[in-house]
Amino acid sequence: MNEFVKPVVDYFELSPLLIVFFAACLGVVVEAFVPRAHRYLVQTLLTVGALVGALVMLVLVAREVPSYADGQARGILAMSGTLALDGPTLFLWGLILVLAILGALLFAERHLDGGVSAFAGQAAALPGTDAERTASTRGLDHTEVYPLLLFAVFGMLLFPASNDLLTMFVALEILSLPLYLLTGLARRRRLLSQEAALKYFLLGAFSSGFFLYGAALIYGFSGSMQFSQISEAVRNDVDNRVMLLVGLGLLAVGLLFKVGAVPFQAWTPDVYQGAPTPVTAFMSAGTKVAAFGAILRLFYVAFGADRWSWQPMLWIIAILTMVLGAVLALTQTDIKRLLAYSSVAHTGFILTGVLGVQASGDLSNGEISSLQAVLFYLATYGLMTLGAFAVVGLVRDSAGEATTLSRWAGLGKEAPVVAGVFAFFLLAMAGIPLTSGFVGKWAVFSVALAAGAWPVVVAAIASSIIAVYLYVRVIVLMYFDEPIGEGPSVVRPSVLTATAIAVGAAATLMLGVLPGPLLDLAARAGEFIR
Amino acid sequence: MNEYVVLSSILFTIGCVGVLTRRNAIVVFMCVELMLNACNLAFVAFARQHGNLDGQIAAFFVMVVAAAEVVIGLAIIMTIFRTRRSASVDDASLLKY
Repeated sequence: MNEFVKPVVDYFELSPLLIVFFAACLGVVVEAFVPRAHRYLVQTLLTVGALVGALVMLVLVAREVPSYADGQARGILAMSGTLALDGPTLFLWGLILVLAILGALLFAERHLDGGVSAFAGQAAALPGTDAERTASTRGLDHTEVYPLLLFAVFGMLLFPASNDLLTMFVALEILSLPLYLLTGLARRRRLLSQEAALKYFLLGAFSSGFFLYGAALIYGFSGSMQFSQISEAVRNDVDNRVMLLVGLGLLAVGLLFKVGAVPFQAWTPDVYQGAPTPVTAFMSAGTKVAAFGAILRLFYVAFGADRWSWQPMLWIIAILTMVLGAVLALTQTDIKRLLAYSSVAHTGFILTGVLGVQASGDLSNGEISSLQAVLFYLATYGLMTLGAFAVVGLVRDSAGEATTLSRWAGLGKEAPVVAGVFAFFLLAMAGIPLTSGFVGKWAVFSVALAAGAWPVVVAAIASSIIAVYLYVRVIVLMYFDEPIGEGPSVVRPSVLTATAIAVGAAATLMLGVLPGPLLDLAARAGEFIR
Repeated sequence: MNEYVVLSSILFTIGCVGVLTRRNAIVVFMCVELMLNACNLAFVAFARQHGNLDGQIAAFFVMVVAAAEVVIGLAIIMTIFRTRRSASVDDASLLKY
């Protein structure tokens, strides 16, 4: 029996994680002790303050991180090797925290729906009953959403940093459970929202079951949960290949479900449509960033030596995801479902980047590594999706948000600025030059091409063309079609939503015109530590 | 040794088939729990085989996570049931296409 060794906690390096976690716990205490009238202000300040604080600490940590082992990568293994704080982790943490701050601003928006937030006044009151009407006339608000947001952010920070399978599973659940609840808390169209929560929960729990069984099989194969030791076993062990392959496949199911890749995309449109729009905005951006961080670490660090087992599988999934996402998006009549399928297509593009495995040693001058391309794409995708969903929240009629696509006809005349910003986000998603989407696509295509995955790149270009048609159709609808009957109106948002949209749009423009600094930052992030 | 792993894979498959075929949300959820418990059995069996404690510790973590999942899951299913007077996953079909 091994001697028990007290784990060392690197408080300084882990401080972004710890700040978010303690703020979440404090948020629960606030719910219990602060009078209802003050909770909104206290919770908003606590949430945004904690996230900004975590971001500041992250910058300080990133400046201090020592180089690791052979000097190729920078980072430390924290908590007895269960967390890897390396360059890519810190980059993703920064991205997740920025997205979370913008998401928290959207959560706090109260101007759009006559002085109340987008969340149910009293989730326990049944839709259409007196209790619900009382709750809404009293102007009740669920301020529990802020601690839930922080717990989800904590899970998202933990997910790409986890360096063993058990931590990864726990992080997956910490990230998912608050999101299931948030999905079901919409103020308007509560039946849809509850149904979305049920579907998300059942399918999410199902897929995490697959992830866990995969983890069990890989543990059985290698005798350890640590990625470095799994990698060792993959290199040396020739027995039990079946167990390795089945375990790898099951782990992939769990992770690909979270990013919404094609055989596992069924939940995406339903959940994106049913969830309150601020939640959709935050979740679509944050979950994808965190889950791709985890996918990269799992496949590159633990199974990097066995690349030929998983690459063909990812080839097929990437092609299916891009093509089906783009084609199904064409058939949608609801703007939130359309954006959901477009995010499925983006998952495929990011997977294309994951396929281009290259060590930074093999690169000639000016080439970018696949890790760098994927990190950059995640940044562009997260900011433009969050911005686009924030705009969707502004277009409303008497029944709440007007998400039916035909109702958006003629919006360009009604509200030129909002329609213009939305059109800009759509062009970025289509990958038009001078937007961040173009640079992101160019980066992932070029790394996939360098790794010889040309069939995937051909499929990616084909589905990009389909997607351009899709987005241009929406723009034509907004600017050149006559409105049908009484069109929806664009509500003037408070400074909170305006900030989120402005940051999203500015980042999308800046990263398109001047991608250098962020690409440099992604390059400086270096490699995963092993 | 092998028998336990085989048993766990049988349990996992039963849970998996149950999720796909049963119509009541509570039963679907119970099948998910069965899958998690099948994982626990596999973890413990492999821990015994490798002679280290990682797998047993994993089983404890999984139990805690499963308990948290029950709290969230039953809350969501309860809300749906109170609204619709039915916990059938076929009835929840407003979101499609």
